[in-house]
Amino acid sequence: MPTFVRTDKCDGCKGQDKTACMYICPHDLMMLDKDGSATGHAMKAYNQEPEQCWECYSCVKICPQQAIEVRHYADVVPMGASVQPLRGSESIMWTIKFRNGQIKRFKFPIRTTAEGSADPYGGKPEASMADIENHAVLFTRDTHKGDMSQFVAAK
Amino acid sequence: MAEYGFGNPEIIEEEVDILIIGGGMAACGAAFEIGKWNKASGANLKIKLVDKAAMSRSGAVAQGLSAINTYIGENDPADYVRYVRNDLMGIIREDLVYDVGRHVDDSVHNFEDWGLPIWKAKGDEDKPLRQGGKPVRSGKWQIMINGESYKWIVAEAAKKAIGMENIEERVFIVRLINDKNDPTRVAAAAGFSVRDHKLYLYKFKCCLLVCGGAVNVFRPRSIGEGMGRAWYPVWNAGSTYSMAAEAGAEMTMMENRFVPARFKDGYGPVGAWFLLFKAQVMNGFGEDYNKLRGDAIKDEKRFGKYGQGVPGTCLRNHIMLEEMIAGRGPIMMDTPAAMAKLAEKMTPKEVKHLEAEAWEDFLDMTISQCGIWAGENIEPEKTPSEIMPTEPYLLGSHSGCAGIWVSGPTDLPGVPKEWSWGYRSMTTVKGLFTSGDGVGASGHKFSSGSFAEGRIAAKAMVKFAIDNKDWKPALERSTKDLVEEIYRPVRTFLEHKDYTTAIDINPHYITPKMLQFRLQKLMDEYVAGVGTFYRTNGKLLEMAEKKLEMLKEDSLKMRAKDLHELLRAWENYHRIIAAEAHMKHIQFREETRYPGFYYRMDYNFIDDENWKCFVNSTYDRHTGKWAIKKVPYVQVIKD
Repeated sequence: MPTFVRTDKCDGCKGQDKTACMYICPHDLMMLDKDGSATGHAMKAYNQEPEQCWECYSCVKICPQQAIEVRHYADVVPMGASVQPLRGSESIMWTIKFRNGQIKRFKFPIRTTAEGSADPYGGKPEASMADIENHAVLFTRDTHKGDMSQFVAAK
Repeated sequence: MAEYGFGNPEIIEEEVDILIIGGGMAACGAAFEIGKWNKASGANLKIKLVDKAAMSRSGAVAQGLSAINTYIGENDPADYVRYVRNDLMGIIREDLVYDVGRHVDDSVHNFEDWGLPIWKAKGDEDKPLRQGGKPVRSGKWQIMINGESYKWIVAEAAKKAIGMENIEERVFIVRLINDKNDPTRVAAAAGFSVRDHKLYLYKFKCCLLVCGGAVNVFRPRSIGEGMGRAWYPVWNAGSTYSMAAEAGAEMTMMENRFVPARFKDGYGPVGAWFLLFKAQVMNGFGEDYNKLRGDAIKDEKRFGKYGQGVPGTCLRNHIMLEEMIAGRGPIMMDTPAAMAKLAEKMTPKEVKHLEAEAWEDFLDMTISQCGIWAGENIEPEKTPSEIMPTEPYLLGSHSGCAGIWVSGPTDLPGVPKEWSWGYRSMTTVKGLFTSGDGVGASGHKFSSGSFAEGRIAAKAMVKFAIDNKDWKPALERSTKDLVEEIYRPVRTFLEHKDYTTAIDINPHYITPKMLQFRLQKLMDEYVAGVGTFYRTNGKLLEMAEKKLEMLKEDSLKMRAKDLHELLRAWENYHRIIAAEAHMKHIQFREETRYPGFYYRMDYNFIDDENWKCFVNSTYDRHTGKWAIKKVPYVQVIKD
């Protein structure tokens, strides 16, 4: 497909102005089939250009209904396996199902701060216009020190 | 007046001081840095960022990463320059690389502040890098992270820094417009929404062009569904190179390419396997071919001095390719031996942790590779995995250095005066700045370095905007002319669609998809793609030149049956210009600077005497011709 949308789970992100998968797909692949004319399934999403899918899982991770899964590239991968995440606010759980039925599960942290709490300038200094043409510093003035004798032009 | 709709877009014109085109790591860096300088200047500059996707998951880091590849830490920035110079076969802008090196760590510290989990050495688990916490290094410059949400976190901070009201997502900028009174200056950018029937024209004092590298210019190894499984993000369409070249910017090192050797088909990362887990590769007969035949690169007549020390990435590819060409494939990474060796001194719990680390390496950044392993019942502790060099990619931030010639820092000793012309990160076109994949001759920045470079550019752009406060952009092209051009594929479709019964087969137009296949076929067959084991010569390039010329002509006949296809049409137009630059540069450079990435079979050797120089080019959009020249390389950092 690579990503595919389960008809039994997708609700077209009812009540939203756009579906989560359409919003997030970096390659403009996910579409909401409003009237069912494209897929026969009205108000459900689908991947409109599967051979352009990077399998980045952005839509899989963001779908509030867990309606999106991945059937790995048909021209490459033997059938029967699956890799499915469940992304929470602090960690992500992965379930890997092998073609032979074996299952592996992993859980990894994804961030150390609360979702939405990243403060770009918290505790950071102000910029000083005296430095605007000084290429040795950015506004944070936290430049890595360097051994200037390493320059060819060093005396 | 007719209602706005497909083929009849609403035209939205807006004037800002600074436009950021793109939403990846470099753009996020710019968004972060620019606010503080804008505030300090008191100029109250109007800043806007446009991204063709959604910033939380756009650019090369959209999927996540398992490592940050540039963190200087305990090292000296000069040593970082040496490493980059060696890997890129001696020709880099050392001023630019040094500048990234001295500024990059501060950016990584900010990522950690915002919530990115960075692995720490035992005992330092709760100590931030900023306070001297020791990272887990997988190599001299790389640090390991739990990076599933890397881009999400960085974009969160960037969006807050610049303000959501100043961000336009799902708008694809396709054209820069030069100034009417000064053709060496850029004055505006035009594009369209991929959601609504709207065409945007942004006038500005300056802009940052940061739309990534070029992917799917060459025929990929998988041409069915797997075509999407490019190693670099499939949405990087060469827009940075194409738009800059067409605005008249001097390009540099566009002959450079990157051909990563990765786990076959999924293109999963090998870095951690090599560096962290110390895995070995072998040929199909179980031989350690590097040990047996790796000395081939010590032939000074062919490889100069470059095969003597630590070989650059291309030379390691070369040794691998020789095995494949000689019929000694497949190339296998011995993951079971590596894991068994590591497990020797471990408790069962530690072994389990090691296995999780190995899977996380993929799950953080190349989930498909897990799909392939699971589909083929491959468990790395039991079964070795195949390694394969990919199709070529054009990029300036990872292990490649294609891109645009930019103005460097002025405070470093021994740097030629002509390498800086007033504003850091500005191209040779006034008001046009770039970073990340856009900057040529300065590779190995990766995610953190691209962000840092965006910051560097942002600061200079604020200065530029202030210095040009009273300047008013005047466009060399009319809005009507731009609308005409940008919407041409839609018009072509509407005009001719009823001529035939099959929507995709029509003598009056070509679908963006078929145009892309034509580009990929000719690049693969004539410009050293996988089909020829990366080999070409002057005669093959002459053929490519003619075919590209006709492809460029036919690009005017692309159709777009909807906004999505209009996006693809323009992406593929950008790919053609990027591809043409690549071809012209390879044609001009009469040597094989990057054996293992590509071979000029008619000049199959490194020629330092004649070619240890930059190759720079400019494109004339009106005539479609390229002017190419040599530019002297100058060593800035000692051997």
